[in-house]
Amino acid sequence: MKILVCISKSPDTTSKIAFSDGNKQFDENGVQYIVNPYDEWYALVRGLELKETLGGNLTIITVGNAADEAIIRKALAIGADDAVRIDADPKDAYFTAVQIAEYAKTNGFDLILTGKETINYNGSQVAGMIAEALDLPFVSLATKLDINGTTARMEQEIVGGVQVVEANLPLVVSCAKGMAEQRIPNMRGIMAARTKPLTVVAPASVEDLTAYVEYGLPAAKSAVKMIDPNNMDELVALLHNEAKVI
Amino acid sequence: MNILVYINSSNHLAKSAFEAVAYAKKIGGTITVVATGSVDDATLGTLGEYGAQKVLIDRSVATEDSQQVTRLIAKAAESTGAELIIFSHDLVAKAVAPRLSVRLKAGLISGAVDVPNANGQVKVNVFSGKAFGFVSVKSAKKIISLLPNSFQPEKTGSACSVEAFDGAAGTSAIKVIETKMPEGEIPLPEAELVVSAGRGLKGPENWGIVEDLAKALGAATACSRPVADIGWRPHHEHVGQTGVAIRPNLYIAAGISGAIQHLAGVNGSKVIVVINTDPEAPFFKAADYGVVGDAFEVLPKLTEAVKKFRSTPH
Ligand SMILES: Cc1cc2nc3c(=O)[nH]c(=O)nc-3n(C[C@H](O)[C@H](O)[C@H](O)COP(=O)(O)OP(=O)(O)OC[C@H]3O[C@@H](n4cnc5c(N)ncnc54)[C@H](O)[C@@H]3O)c2cc1C
Repeated sequence: MKILVCISKSPDTTSKIAFSDGNKQFDENGVQYIVNPYDEWYALVRGLELKETLGGNLTIITVGNAADEAIIRKALAIGADDAVRIDADPKDAYFTAVQIAEYAKTNGFDLILTGKETINYNGSQVAGMIAEALDLPFVSLATKLDINGTTARMEQEIVGGVQVVEANLPLVVSCAKGMAEQRIPNMRGIMAARTKPLTVVAPASVEDLTAYVEYGLPAAKSAVKMIDPNNMDELVALLHNEAKVI
Repeated sequence: MNILVYINSSNHLAKSAFEAVAYAKKIGGTITVVATGSVDDATLGTLGEYGAQKVLIDRSVATEDSQQVTRLIAKAAESTGAELIIFSHDLVAKAVAPRLSVRLKAGLISGAVDVPNANGQVKVNVFSGKAFGFVSVKSAKKIISLLPNSFQPEKTGSACSVEAFDGAAGTSAIKVIETKMPEGEIPLPEAELVVSAGRGLKGPENWGIVEDLAKALGAATACSRPVADIGWRPHHEHVGQTGVAIRPNLYIAAGISGAIQHLAGVNGSKVIVVINTDPEAPFFKAADYGVVGDAFEVLPKLTEAVKKFRSTPH
């Protein structure tokens, strides 16, 4: 079983979000980057569990520059066997997905896993794009994944409920909560990660299709109106007359 | 401009379907809808009231297979000469829109919250709602996936024609084994009113007062992450940066401290009510209305007040 897990960096969830260069750039000052939680907690850990029971190899891949090797080492410390970094600035989701698909095409994987979205751009785009570029079936936002021979069985969120589905390998799956439990790397893992193979691959020539031209922060909320806990009629009246939401 | 709107009508037409059509109408052009699902023709025709000129439906396409839906939309885009394709940013769109982007080499903007500005740039939420960005598309063809509940649908016309369409979508690679739809529950992403509770409720046995309020309001229920992690509530109720991101009209939070990761999933709510014993709880800073008090006393009182309000005409 050859598993490829796509990981992205994202700012730590407590990062102060600010922009520089006339609101054109995300201000990285003081920002700590982490492995995108969905990629780490769900895609990577479920991939490792499958590898541990079925045997095989788990490779992690990211499109990024040398500074991103910190998150690669973290993922290796959690248990990935080896890593690939496509040496390019991930310009947009299309660019990133096609780079990964090109690598996957020449190296052949049974299962490609991603997190359901990144917590910075929240696009939910890369996994579906990889699937299309490779002409593979795709199951999005899976909350369970089991493999039996060459068949994958998944549980997936659908509007208003959940669905159990099956598809044959090779397959692309984006992973959401429920899939696995976060693993904290131990000392042995961290030591081993230092010597695990990391291959740096030159990017394919791919154009990007979209660009963020400007950013902004939402207007500050007006001050909260405090209501007496013994006067819920007043709250209901305000929600009806003032806020007009009920 | 020719605009194609994809609608997934699995069992009903969600409000977001009308939003997507009205959004296309606001942009302006000839609007065709391509639909999948089991909803009848008469219902699909009502999309005309919001701006659709025609609905193309292929009921043979399996919504669970993003490859089939992608082939269908690509074929409809070709036959209508669509330059812009619009989705409502729901679970089907999240699987299909990225595929279509690659297939048509059309730049994808997901999570749009407004129509394109004068420069053709589209506003989206980024950093889990902590900021917004403007995205431009370089390709000739474009795809926009509209965040539900960010655009008010308006009726502007009358019902339109509905035609069967052969999407030449092939066979499904995804086999459905089982579908579980919890009965009577309002799906969280579609809910306009949400009642949510956190660790302050102390245990799963205490959720009756949360459900009572939700029932009185006709609201969906949600929870904070630790509550779902320890199994007090199902995972699909977890809202926040690592859970579901919601944008209801009203979000009532009881016994939730308002950690930054929680706020990230709910700060798109139009109105936020916070009930917390601690006047210093950070959530009050993000709230429109605040009640300092014990959820065990305040929630039942609020439920009574809602019932009283609902039983009198307004
Ligand atoms: C990477 C990362 C991602 C995360 N993602 C999410 C996410 O998506 N969603 C999320 O929710 N959290 C998330 N968290 C966790 C988040 O940081 C908080 O720990 C969590 O939201 C706290 O949940 P809570 O408010 O229910 O509990 P607590 O923080 O324990 O707050 C309980 C609140 O209840 C109040 N209270 C106690 N008793 C009563 C009473 N009787 N009546 C009224 N109020 C009472 C207390 O004053 C307190 O404010 C994430 C954390 C990390 C590190």
